[in-house]
Amino acid sequence: MNEAPAGHDPDMERRRGQEKRLRAAWATPRGWRYWSAVNNTEVGVWYTATSFAFMLFAGVLGLLIRVQLAVPDNDFMTGPFYNQVFTLHGTVMMFLFAVPIFEAVAITIMPQMLAARDLPFPRLSAFGYWCFLIGGVFVCGSIFFGAAPDGGWFMYPPLSTDPEQAGIGADIWLLGLSFIEVASIAAAVELIVGTLKCRPPGMRINMIPLYAWYILVVGVMIVFAFPPLIAGDILFEMERMFDWPFFDPRRGGDPLLWQHLFWIFGHPEVYIIFLPAIAVVAMIVPTFAQRPIFGYSWIVLAAVGTGFLSFGLWVHHMFATGLPAVSLGFFSAASQAVAIPTGVQIFVFIATLLLGRVVSSTPMLFVWGTLAVFVLGGLTGVMVALAPFDWQVHDSHFIVAHLHYTLIGGGLFPIVAGIYYFFPLVSGKKLSDRLGKWVFWLMFLGFNIAFLPMHVSGLRGMPRRVFSYPEGLGLENLNLVSTIGAFIFAAGFVLLVLDVVRPRRGQPYADTNPWNAGTLEWLIEMPGESWGVRSVPQISSRYPLWEQEGLARQVAEGRCYLPDAEEGRRETLITTTIDALPVQCLRVPGPTFITLWAAAFTGGVFVFATFHWWFATLVSGILGAGAILRWLWTGTAEIPEKPAKDIGLGVTLPLYMSGPRSVGWWAMFITMMGDMAAFASLIFGYFFYWTIHPDFPPPDQPDPSAGWLGLGLVLLLGAWWLTVRARGRNAAGSPGALRGALALGAVLATAGSAALIAAAWLPGLDPTSHVYPAIVWILLIWTAVHGILGVVMQLYCIAGSVAGRLTPRYDIDIWNVTLFWHFMALTAFLTVAVLALFPMAV
Amino acid sequence: MTRETRSPRNSLIVLSLGPTIWAVHFLASYVTAAIWCEKAGLGATLSPVQLLVGIFTLAALVAIGALGLSAWRHWGYLENEGPPHDADTEEERGRFLGLATLLLSGLSFVAVIYVALPVVFIADCR
Repeated sequence: MNEAPAGHDPDMERRRGQEKRLRAAWATPRGWRYWSAVNNTEVGVWYTATSFAFMLFAGVLGLLIRVQLAVPDNDFMTGPFYNQVFTLHGTVMMFLFAVPIFEAVAITIMPQMLAARDLPFPRLSAFGYWCFLIGGVFVCGSIFFGAAPDGGWFMYPPLSTDPEQAGIGADIWLLGLSFIEVASIAAAVELIVGTLKCRPPGMRINMIPLYAWYILVVGVMIVFAFPPLIAGDILFEMERMFDWPFFDPRRGGDPLLWQHLFWIFGHPEVYIIFLPAIAVVAMIVPTFAQRPIFGYSWIVLAAVGTGFLSFGLWVHHMFATGLPAVSLGFFSAASQAVAIPTGVQIFVFIATLLLGRVVSSTPMLFVWGTLAVFVLGGLTGVMVALAPFDWQVHDSHFIVAHLHYTLIGGGLFPIVAGIYYFFPLVSGKKLSDRLGKWVFWLMFLGFNIAFLPMHVSGLRGMPRRVFSYPEGLGLENLNLVSTIGAFIFAAGFVLLVLDVVRPRRGQPYADTNPWNAGTLEWLIEMPGESWGVRSVPQISSRYPLWEQEGLARQVAEGRCYLPDAEEGRRETLITTTIDALPVQCLRVPGPTFITLWAAAFTGGVFVFATFHWWFATLVSGILGAGAILRWLWTGTAEIPEKPAKDIGLGVTLPLYMSGPRSVGWWAMFITMMGDMAAFASLIFGYFFYWTIHPDFPPPDQPDPSAGWLGLGLVLLLGAWWLTVRARGRNAAGSPGALRGALALGAVLATAGSAALIAAAWLPGLDPTSHVYPAIVWILLIWTAVHGILGVVMQLYCIAGSVAGRLTPRYDIDIWNVTLFWHFMALTAFLTVAVLALFPMAV
Repeated sequence: MTRETRSPRNSLIVLSLGPTIWAVHFLASYVTAAIWCEKAGLGATLSPVQLLVGIFTLAALVAIGALGLSAWRHWGYLENEGPPHDADTEEERGRFLGLATLLLSGLSFVAVIYVALPVVFIADCR
């Protein structure tokens, strides 16, 4: 920064030249083109700001709830409006703040933490952000038209499947949120691949920052937790739009299936919120204890263990539905067991703080707040994990208190700690410590004043989601105190927002590494450049800034890997998953509006479908598909001008890799795991109906035609075989054979998909008559749609081969399409096996 | 430079094997009980479920025990120094993975016992 004048120092000239080229390659677009940016330094900030905007909106709704409940028999709001307010409060806080803020923070800081220039799919992050923004505005905006969802944040049928009871708000909820879930899965793919493949050389698996461990676990959780909800949304929307009776008991359906699918998503989601927030604590604690974390392996145990166990808890939300006691017992036991890994990490933090010399600071204040509030929420969690106790407090304000203690203690407080801690990374300046103390005490005291009394009001019998209560039940004072506390809490938050947005032109930039932290994100200079890290260092420790002497200087002087952008391209390093050996120099794409268009048109499909504007839906869908294809064609699998590149320090790496060694293949694999999770949920639905019916398939309903099913399977497996063969022949140097095999494969796949539809169509299965034909139809449509998607991919590869962008040597696309077809073949096999064989077996 | 020396033990799959066994045991137990109680009715005895869950539990505990034993050896606590296993060597990376696998096996072992307990105390489908 403040070296002596350069003169003719050749080394200084080298550095200046490198910086100039890097700056040009990573330049943020100016003017209105700013919104075409895809780099994490922009998208991460938009994501964070938008999440907080939704949070403030939902916070205002929360205050409205407290105003309504401040006094008995209040008429501040009508009942129906109150329903919309509390539904939207929960929905927005969970779907538009708690989960997106994790993605926002991770996208912002993960590249810096891994000394990567960017995550591998920046345009995917940008696409996810635009989806989130569009879906979020759509869902939130509905309340201004009196059309917000009003069935509670978990939308239980039959209340919300009944068009008389629940209006268009339920459709807005289902379609708007499904769209946002797509964004979450996109972020999960990006973050998993980023953690596994974009670490700096030498950062072995035993050295990665704890934050990255948590993010890896949470990414995998999203891939398995969100798809069941998407599957549930599909069933739900089919019932609302086309009267397919999935949740209607009169025609064989069961509302309980929705509860299962919702909570298979919903309980892991609680940990999807908690883990990345506590991950921030795992970064802050060592910094302010000024020592490495005590018990690194135990944190890994906690993160991975919690991630798994959280999938065995979902029925504890359904303790009051009359399931057999033994089923409740299993879930109660798992709910107790999850307290072990959850507690372990709290002890690790306390031990680290006890062993270090704690520097007091605003982030640490919020960490103390986190520990205090979350432990209380965790303890009431163990209480409600016991079914008999849960029956007493189910649907009461005790639960409201419990969930706010866990979510605000385990989610919001650590995030605010992170805002104070990471703020200099983003803006180069610190937030005010003086105001910070005010913010903390207002929030901490306000929170406890608001929510501690709810334990008591709940035990005294005050139910959730009821807009008024009569005098004389001993609830008046408790509620009034809660309302006062809520406003104190809100005042603290407003103060934080004011501190974040106030102009700070006069304030000097913070020092480099202002907290004296040990991890790589603090290599960044103040203010940061959009290239992120000046050059990528070789890592040999968990806390490189503490333990690798001179590292910051070497990085800043461009003496490590990738110090230059000779070809003017954005580049980052790809390393191996366990030992982080550098294997590829990956070119990442730059600014574009195409992701915005793709999100806008895809969003159009969901928005127009809500209002049953089918023509607009169709047009939007075609334009969206076109935008995505154009994005893929122009921005991915680019053939480099030379096979390899010198990345400095005598290392030369290939610029292009395909198959299991490429990041694209990993992304496809992870996406397809999520796809299979959604498919498995639909299969689960089929067998769920079998368990609840004495006769399933019902004798008076026709079965799908086994002959057509078999034909469809044979054709689809043929298309799969041809695709696999196309890849092999292409790799052997015969692009003509690739085109021929894929063309024939596309014909077979189209015919196979049609045969599956015929299997239900020809015997006359009527999906509105009973749940059996409905679930058969859904499984067949799911498989056929995937078949058609496979056809599009086959045609895309043929076009690529003809255009010369898919060659025997540069063959990423056909590898990824083959991978898709492996999963497609499995999907087709399972669908046909279940639908054709199961009716014969029972 | 570009090839990792990897034994099967050094992978994230092995790390997550313990909790995966827990998940399979959990699902098998729950599905068995749910289907039995749905088909046999509310008053039905749980004896067949108890037997099956007992078998699942035994199998899961043996598998997790074997995994834990292998992880204990991989960790090599008796021959080497203990944690934090943060050094930049393949051996230390291996020991870390061994320890983490061992810890997760321990958690999974306890969690499997937790999940098996309801069939000890509950005798019918009510």
